Amino acid sequence: MASALALNDPSSERRSFTARAMALFAIAMLLVGVLVARLIQLQIIDYDTYRTRSDENRIQVQPLAPPRGLIYDRNGVLLAENRPVSSLALVAERVQDLDGLLTELRALVDIDEADLANYEKRLKRKRRPYEAVTLREALSEAEVARLAVNRFRLPGVEVRTELKRHYPFGSVMAHAVGSVRRITEEDLQGFDAHESSNYSATEFIGRRGVERFYERSLHGEVGYQRVEINAHGRIRQVLDIEPPKSGRDITLNLDSRLQIAATAALGERRGAIVALEPKTGAVLALVSNPGYDPNLFVTGISADQYQAMVTSLDTPMFNRAVNGQYAPGSTFKPVVGLAGLANHVVTWEEEINDQGWFKLPHQDRIYRDWSWRPGNSGGQGTVNLHRAIYRSANVFFYDLASRLTIAQLGSFARQFGIGEQIAVDVEAASRGLMPDPIWKQGVKGEVWYPGDNVNLGIGQGDLLVTPLQLAIMTSVIANRGRVVRPRMLKLGADEQPPFEYDPPRPLPDVIGPTPDDWERMVDAMEDVVHRGNKGYGQNGTAWAYIGMDDIPYRIAGKSGTAQVVEIKQGEEYDEELLDEYTRKHAWFIAFAPADDPRIALSVLVENGGGGSAVAAPVAREVLDYYLLPQLDLAVRQ
Amino acid sequence: MSNYDFVRTLPGGRTVSARDQLQRVHLDPLLLLLLLAVIGFGLVVLYSAVDQDAGVFANQLIRISLALGVMVIAAQLDPGFYLRWAPFAYLVGLVLLVLVLLMGVTAKGSQRWLEIPGVFRFQPSEVMKIAAPMMVAWYFHDRPLPPRFKDVVIALAIVAIPAGLIIVQPDLGTGILVAVAGFAVVILAGLYWRWIGFAMLMVAAAAPGLWYTLQDYQRQRILTLFDPQSDPLGAGWNIIQSTTAIGSGGLQGKGLFQGTQSHLEFLPESQTDFIIAVVGEEFGLIGIALLLTLYVCIIARGLVLSARAPNTFGRLFAGALTLTFFVYVFVNIAMVSGLLPVVGVPLPLVSYGGTSAITLLASFGMIMAFGARGQGNFR
Repeated sequence: MASALALNDPSSERRSFTARAMALFAIAMLLVGVLVARLIQLQIIDYDTYRTRSDENRIQVQPLAPPRGLIYDRNGVLLAENRPVSSLALVAERVQDLDGLLTELRALVDIDEADLANYEKRLKRKRRPYEAVTLREALSEAEVARLAVNRFRLPGVEVRTELKRHYPFGSVMAHAVGSVRRITEEDLQGFDAHESSNYSATEFIGRRGVERFYERSLHGEVGYQRVEINAHGRIRQVLDIEPPKSGRDITLNLDSRLQIAATAALGERRGAIVALEPKTGAVLALVSNPGYDPNLFVTGISADQYQAMVTSLDTPMFNRAVNGQYAPGSTFKPVVGLAGLANHVVTWEEEINDQGWFKLPHQDRIYRDWSWRPGNSGGQGTVNLHRAIYRSANVFFYDLASRLTIAQLGSFARQFGIGEQIAVDVEAASRGLMPDPIWKQGVKGEVWYPGDNVNLGIGQGDLLVTPLQLAIMTSVIANRGRVVRPRMLKLGADEQPPFEYDPPRPLPDVIGPTPDDWERMVDAMEDVVHRGNKGYGQNGTAWAYIGMDDIPYRIAGKSGTAQVVEIKQGEEYDEELLDEYTRKHAWFIAFAPADDPRIALSVLVENGGGGSAVAAPVAREVLDYYLLPQLDLAVRQ
Repeated sequence: MSNYDFVRTLPGGRTVSARDQLQRVHLDPLLLLLLLAVIGFGLVVLYSAVDQDAGVFANQLIRISLALGVMVIAAQLDPGFYLRWAPFAYLVGLVLLVLVLLMGVTAKGSQRWLEIPGVFRFQPSEVMKIAAPMMVAWYFHDRPLPPRFKDVVIALAIVAIPAGLIIVQPDLGTGILVAVAGFAVVILAGLYWRWIGFAMLMVAAAAPGLWYTLQDYQRQRILTLFDPQSDPLGAGWNIIQSTTAIGSGGLQGKGLFQGTQSHLEFLPESQTDFIIAVVGEEFGLIGIALLLTLYVCIIARGLVLSARAPNTFGRLFAGALTLTFFVYVFVNIAMVSGLLPVVGVPLPLVSYGGTSAITLLASFGMIMAFGARGQGNFR
C-alpha cells in the first residue's frame, strides 16, 4: 500500500498473480476432494443401499388377478361371464390444459359431471407420478374406436382394457345368480392373511347369491409377475411370471329358459317364484320381482341410481324368493291336514257342518271362513278333509288345528322345512318362523293360547315362510313324504365338488302319514285345479281360473291368500279401502304331473289379492312352459 | 513440454511440427486436446442419455462444432481488442438485461429471454458470464495491485449490478455464477486474505436474514437438500433419483446404455443438468474420476495460460474465466450428488445444449488468445 501512487511493477504483479492462482487452484483441488469423498460415499460405502434402491425402483412384483370362474345354467347357457371392458384414463402430468382436453374428449366420448367429480377424487389419492387416473369407465366399442383414431393428438390419454364380470341376462338372473361388487375397505379388513394376498389384484368380490356362496371357488388363486417398469409405471419387460389359477367354472341347476318364462309370467307384479325338481331338489327357477341390473355394480353406479334402488318401495335389491317372509295362508292347509292324520285326530271320513264360522269352547271370539257373511250366514255345508282342501274351507282346519297340540303341529311342519333352513347352497336363505310357546313367551312375552292353534290351522298367526320354503314343502308332498334338500349347484357324476359344497346329511322322510294318506292328499290338491262343472260351491277353488280348459297333464295345487293387516273382530274386509301395499298377498303352490312330479313350485304375488285368481294363472303358465314340450316329446316318441 | 510433438515433413523439405501450426493460429495444443477429450466423452454419455437418438446426437454435434468455431475465432482476436471493447461489451450486456426485465419472454416462471420472434432467442445473462469479469479486469488493469479498498468497492459494484438484474428475473443460479466470475477477478487481483475472511464472516452472520429474501421454491430446494425423503415424489424426487443413479453405479458402473435409472426415466433432466448421474451410473466411480481428472487438467492448463498473458488485464480475465469454469463443474456435480441445492447449472461441455457450450468454448478461445501467443508487449 505504500507504493499506491507508484506504477505497477509488472514482475511483482505477475508473481502475485501466480501465487493467487496457485492458492485458488489448491482450494479447487480441496473442493474436488470433497466431491470425490462424496462419490466414494455414494458409490463404494453405500453402494449396496443405492443398488437395492435402484432395483426397487425398476423391479416390481405385481399380483395378477385370476379370471373369475364362469357360471352356466343346466343347459350350458352362460349366466355370468368375463368381458373386456375399456376405460379412459388420464396421466395428469402430461395434461397441460385439462379444460381444452375435456372439450376435445367430449366430442369423442360422453363424460358427465359425475365422471369428472370421481376423477378429481381419484386424483387426490396417493399414486406414483405419471400413473394414469380413470376418467370414464365402460367405454362402448364405438368410443374405443374413436379414441384410437384420435390418439395421436390426445397426449396423456390412455385407454385400458380389463376383464370384468358381465351378466348377459341382466335383472332376470340377478336374484338367482347374485352379483359381484367392488371390494370395499370393510372387505379388506375382514380378510385373513391368505385372503389378503389372494385378493391383492382382485377388484370385485361376490356379494350376493351364487356369486357369494361359491366365491372361493369362483375366485381362483392369485398369480405374480416380476416386471421392470419405468418411472411412469409402464411395464418395459416381464422378468418372470407365475400365472394365476383361474377360478372354477360352476354349473347350476337353473334352467334359464324357465327362469325367463317365470319372470315374464309375473310381469310387472311384485312377487317371487321358486321352482324345484322334487326328485333331486334341483332349483330350476328362482325369481324375485322386480330384479335389479347386476351389471350396474360392475361398470359403476351413480349415487343417485343406488339411492333410488335402495329407497324404492318395490325394493328391487330385496330377494323375496329366499328372504321374503310371509304368512303362507291356505297353502299351509295340506300340512295341517296331514298332521291331523298322522296324529290320529282326524280321518278322511270325518265330516263337519260348516256354517262359515268357528268358536273355541267358552270363548266369544269368532273365526271366520272366507264364505262368511254378516249375520253368520254362509258356510260350506258338510265338509270332510278332501272337500276342505279343494274348497279351502277354513272352519274344518280351525277345528282340526284346535284338536292338535302346538308341539304336534310344530314338529310335523318342521319335517317339511317350515321354520328351518334346509337348502344346501342358497346364500343367506331365511328360516321363516314356526311359532311355538317358547318363542311366544320369549319374543312377545305372552303365553300360548288355544286361539293361536286356530290361526295356525289356516296358515295365519305368527307363521312365516319364504317362497323357497313353500316350494320345498310342495315338493315334499309331491314326493309323498320324501324330503330332498334344494341345491343350486349341478354336479356331474364324477365331478369333484367345489370347496363350499358340503351338503348336510340327507333328511329323513316325513313320519306319520300312510302312503294312502299321501295319495288322497294329492287327489284333493288335484281337485283344487281340476274339479269343475259341479255347480256353485262344489268346484275346486282354482278351477275357474286355470282348470277350465283342457290340460294335458294333472296339476296338484293349493291356493293361499295371506292377510297383511289384521282384520278386527266385527269388521269387514273391504278390498277397495285398502291401499296397494296392505292388500292381501296371493299364493299358489303346485306340482305336476301329479302322479310323477317333475316340477314343484310356489308363486307369490305381493298384495295381489286372491291366490286362485292371481297367483294360480302364473303357476299354470310356468308349468305349461316347463312340461308341455317334455310331454309333447314323450307323446311323439 | 515439446517432447510429445510429432513432426511432419512438408513438400520442400521444411519440417513443421503440428504444435507450431496450432500456435500460429493461437491455439494451445494441450488445452485443445483436453477440451476435445471432455467433449468426446460427453458425446458418448449424451448418446446414451438420449437413448441413442441419432437426431438429438447430431444436433448436439452441430452445436459443439459451432462452439468450437466460435472458440477459434475468439482465439484470433488481439488481446488489445478485448481490453478496448470491455466497457462497451459490459454496457451492452447491462442494456440487454434491462430490456429483459422490460420486454423479456417469460418461461417456467422467470423472465430470462430476449426474443426476435422467428429469428432467435437468447439469454443476455449468458453474455454477462464473460462481460462482467472482463469489465472488472478492465477496471483493475491500470490500477495499483493489490487493490485498494475503494477499488474493491467499485469492482464489487460492477459485479453487483448485472448479478442483481439477473437475480430479479428471477434466476438466482446464474446471478450467483456471474457474481462468482467477477469476484474471481477481485481475488486474483490480490485482495487481502484478511478482507476475504472478514467478508465471509459477514455473510455467515447475514445468512439467517438472507433466508427471508428467498423465493418459496428456493427455500424448498434448500430444505429438500437436507431431507429429500420429506417429499419423495415432489421436490425430493430429483435428488433421490440422482443419488440412487450415482450410488448404484458403484466402482465400475453398469456399462454403457445399461443405466436403469436413466433409461427407465427415473432420472429427471438426464440429458441436461443431471447428466453426471448418467456418467456415475454407467461408468461408475472410475468414469466420474476420469472426467474430474480431465476437468482438473483443463483448469490447471487454463491457469498456466492465464499466467502467460502479456498484461494484467489478460491474466485477471483469463484466470477468472478458468476459475468460473471450475465453479460450474463443482456446483453441477455437488448439486447432482446432493451436496448443494438444485440450481440450473449444466455440466460444462457434457450437458445437452448449445448456449452453454458456446459461452464456455468462447471463453477458452479468449484464454488462448491471451496465453497461447507467446510473450510480448503489445501496449
